[in-house]
Amino acid sequence: MAYSDKVIDHYENPRNVGTFKNEQDVDASEVGTGLVGAPACGDVMRLEIRVKDGLIADAKFKTFGCGSAIASSSLATEMIKGMTLDQAAQISNTKIVEELNLPPVKIHCSVLAEDAIKAAIDDYKKKQAK
Amino acid sequence: MCAATASKIEVTVPEGVKLPIFMDNHSTTAVDLRVVHAMLPFFTQHYGNAASRNHVFGWTAEAAVEAARGQIAALIGGDAKEIVITSGATEANNLALKGAASFYKKQGNHIITVETEHKSVIDTCKRLQREGYGVTYLTPRKDGIVTPEMITDAMTEKTILVSVMLANNEIGVVQDVNAIGAAIKAKNPKCLFHTDAVQGAGKIPFDVEKAKADLVSLSAHKMYGPKGIGALWVRRKPRVRIDPQIDGGGHERGMRSGTLPVPLIVGFGKAAELAKEEMHDEAIRLAALRDRLYKGITSRLTETYVNGSMEHRLPGNLNISFAFVEGESLLMALKDVAVSSGSACTSASLEPSYVLRALGVGDELAHTSIRFGIGRFNTEAEVDYVIELVVKSVERLRALSPLWEMHQDGIDLNSIQWTPH
Repeated sequence: MAYSDKVIDHYENPRNVGTFKNEQDVDASEVGTGLVGAPACGDVMRLEIRVKDGLIADAKFKTFGCGSAIASSSLATEMIKGMTLDQAAQISNTKIVEELNLPPVKIHCSVLAEDAIKAAIDDYKKKQAK
Repeated sequence: MCAATASKIEVTVPEGVKLPIFMDNHSTTAVDLRVVHAMLPFFTQHYGNAASRNHVFGWTAEAAVEAARGQIAALIGGDAKEIVITSGATEANNLALKGAASFYKKQGNHIITVETEHKSVIDTCKRLQREGYGVTYLTPRKDGIVTPEMITDAMTEKTILVSVMLANNEIGVVQDVNAIGAAIKAKNPKCLFHTDAVQGAGKIPFDVEKAKADLVSLSAHKMYGPKGIGALWVRRKPRVRIDPQIDGGGHERGMRSGTLPVPLIVGFGKAAELAKEEMHDEAIRLAALRDRLYKGITSRLTETYVNGSMEHRLPGNLNISFAFVEGESLLMALKDVAVSSGSACTSASLEPSYVLRALGVGDELAHTSIRFGIGRFNTEAEVDYVIELVVKSVERLRALSPLWEMHQDGIDLNSIQWTPH
């Protein structure tokens, strides 16, 4: 299958790869983690957000999945940085599809990225509620 | 553990290696130049119809076809008169199964095959089921092997045909067709034995008499011959009958009508002749390259799993799962190397490989499988380049994989509540 240049770029040079868990200056209470997908389905995304003063100050991801899944999650971290939680929660998968030019067979990758953002926000909110 | 970077990796291409590298020789093979040269005169000089009986053009074409039949038959220890030319192995498998099932339906309506067979056998059997035949699909052992006992245990008085492939196209596992044929015939001499020998013929020794086979499917393009040509070997002594599936001018002794594609048949014959002559040495060379690939990868990467028996395997085949790295993303990293994956993302059905499933390989590992098919034209330098590229790409993709990180942290992935989608 032929990929768009943007997918290839994100796949070859993924942005914001990693985790906050080993970073000493990051307080665990600032971090929300979304882990979505399943190994048996061939894709798992983990997206972490670091929230400061109501804004997503930073985001990191790791993805097990095809090139489009890696690119979708990489793009998602770029998109949400600097957003409020409400703004980030409103990002829909179609935005990712458009941005990456994903073919129909790869739309589920963008859905997974949307789910990952929402799951990370939910996780953060749950932590705050405690 | 060294911290692999998540960004694009660079691997130096050794001198003498030209990209892209074709290492997908189970899907097809390059036509050997010696085959091309044998074919060429039959396009523009000797272009007669092999069925024309009244002029020299026809006689020349017919003689070439008969010589090619001899070459093809000799590869499998058969007789030239037993070769029925088809458009390829898919047609040969269809003709063998449908033709035999139809002809022998008065004797019984039960067929036995294996879950790991090629789709052209599986789907043909499914159609026969819809037409009222009973089909038993045997599950092989975890290493892909089907034992003679599994087959004889499944045989009933109604069993008219058993179809077991010589070697598998995905995992390269080679079945002991000689023992299988002997067991079938010992239990019921009338039960027919068909083997899809497409991947094995010309790669490993195979003899229709030793296997006690009745029907054997062959394809030219898996043995460095042209695409669009195959054959069904049909035993004459004792005579095996099949109902034709294509009607017309009565070519191929009535079993398969249609004008013979003489250049393709000549090419098939030459390819079979070369395979017979060179098989012994080529198998040794390919097995050495395959073992080099296997050792090169597994000595540097942990959590790799070979799918199927390593002992009973085609010389050029390696099917290996790289845990925690999705297959399609790895194919993308190996973009200058043509290989295949059992990952769902690479299939039209979005399902992982049914062959790996039949072996009991979990979906999570099936998604990470890569099939390497080393062939006649691959070199040691190419293998070394592929090793380097695979190792570095897997390291990079593992650095990107949350599953790999969890595994490194000692988290049992089965303990996590995943969200299947």
